[in-house]
Amino acid sequence: MSSVAADVRNHENVSAGFDVHKVRADFPILGRRVHDLPLVYLDNAATSQKPQAVIDAILHYYAFDNANIHRGVHLLSESATDAYEAARRTVQRFLNAEDRSEIIFVRGATEAINLVAQTYGRAHVGAGDEIVISAMEHHSNIVPWQMLCEERGARLRVAPINDDGELLLDQFESLLNSKTKLVAITHVSNALGTVNPIGHIIEMAHRRNVPVLVDGAQAVPHLAVDVRALDCDFYAFSGHKIYGPTGVGVLYGKRHLLEAMPPYQGGGDMIRSVTFEKTIYNQLPYKFEAGTPHIAGVIALGAALDYLTGIGLDAVLTYERNLLAYGTEALKSVPGLRLIGTAKEKAGVLSFVIEGIHPHDIGTILDQQGIAIRTGHHCAQPLMQRFGIPATARASFAVYNTAAEIDTLAAGIHKLKEVFA
Amino acid sequence: MPDLRDLYQELILEHSKNPRNFREMEAANCKAEGYNPLCGDHYTVFINIADDAIRDISFQGSGCAISKASASMMSQALKNKTVAEANELFDKFHQIVTGQETDNAESLGKLAVFAGVAGFPTRIKCATLSWHTLQAALQGKQVASTE
Repeated sequence: MSSVAADVRNHENVSAGFDVHKVRADFPILGRRVHDLPLVYLDNAATSQKPQAVIDAILHYYAFDNANIHRGVHLLSESATDAYEAARRTVQRFLNAEDRSEIIFVRGATEAINLVAQTYGRAHVGAGDEIVISAMEHHSNIVPWQMLCEERGARLRVAPINDDGELLLDQFESLLNSKTKLVAITHVSNALGTVNPIGHIIEMAHRRNVPVLVDGAQAVPHLAVDVRALDCDFYAFSGHKIYGPTGVGVLYGKRHLLEAMPPYQGGGDMIRSVTFEKTIYNQLPYKFEAGTPHIAGVIALGAALDYLTGIGLDAVLTYERNLLAYGTEALKSVPGLRLIGTAKEKAGVLSFVIEGIHPHDIGTILDQQGIAIRTGHHCAQPLMQRFGIPATARASFAVYNTAAEIDTLAAGIHKLKEVFA
Repeated sequence: MPDLRDLYQELILEHSKNPRNFREMEAANCKAEGYNPLCGDHYTVFINIADDAIRDISFQGSGCAISKASASMMSQALKNKTVAEANELFDKFHQIVTGQETDNAESLGKLAVFAGVAGFPTRIKCATLSWHTLQAALQGKQVASTE
């Protein structure tokens, strides 16, 4: 078989009936050029591109439906409120949460985690208590807990990982004791692509009455998430990673936990009544949604989730799995290239280093070829330290990437090795 | 449109692979650490100053090709320069890498090869890190950062 035919055959195996070109046509930015070359956007773990439906949702809101929500009696306010609350129901269905009151809109996963740390955390974590995280966490699932521990005189425990980037479950379990008040763990690692066995982790924690917060920022675009099946206590994700706009994200929390938590930010909307003597807080979910939210953003997030479910989540996940396998093979065959993050279960991410070439240089040279990847510590400095490297180069995939783009990446890497030869 | 060859010139690549004065210095009477948190470039610059001149200069650390080549060529350029001359050279270097001043290219000698960095704004801090670190050392500060 000629190599061209082999190439095509491999591409066909990757797409296997998934019409990626139809999907690409929905994303206007994919048609642009950078440095006079076609854009090959492989930085999706940093942020995803947006389909026309999401862009239109924002435009439409501001052109036709813009009004402040929840309190107005005029038509525009009513329709804006309906659209906002409809998005909440969309998110509820997407996560399979029991009740819409368990869906809190925040700015992103980082704010969601800070919200839990500052409300649930402050109420339940005291001197001598412990919080368990893992060695592969993003800074946003480390620093809020460090701040809480410092404030409360509590201790942060870190569950170790192996050289493949997998959580060592036995060692994780041994960290759980009578002082453990919370486990905070990532569902999918942004730097390694590791998919953690969240269900199992939650089971272990719950056996000891320890609640679990899951950082799902990198998971929701690449996996089906069912918060009831997982039985997680809190789940956080960011809209901009799942084809939605920046500035909006979701905290899911079990109703009884959210009910018992004190409010996060004070202000309008999160109150039922205010006097200077006493203020009564609003019910869920509004108790945690002070001030005017990013209304357009929330509505557009709903549109993003509808877009994804419209394509069919199963089809998307299968396609992405094939793409990741194809990309993994392509990169493994580059001499001098070492993959960082080789867990058996992975999603969306290919991090790598190349002998003798700093990631920063990799990034610049690939950029000149129209290829956008990310280089650096990926907001996971402790993880980089664990692997003894200052940084990695990271290619990360989304539903609109293709096997041909991976070929371009591989060719780009060969070219940069020539520059440094 | 800037060309990669403007940035990764032969001389720069050569210096990044074989950096000059890449060693610790026990006799150093000035030293400082420099760190670019965005990409992980991390260097220590050692200087031995006598009679207001840089008698010896060396560096250690790790980072991208641009930062390492810059540190290497800086160490070559500054040996036996006075502190005043070193500061002047720093200003000129800073100007050409930020694209502000192209006339000084001649007086910079080999350092002029970094003029191409101006076309790659995200890499300017890589080129200037070792120079900022040097300045910190000269001013008696322990640590420099590009932030």
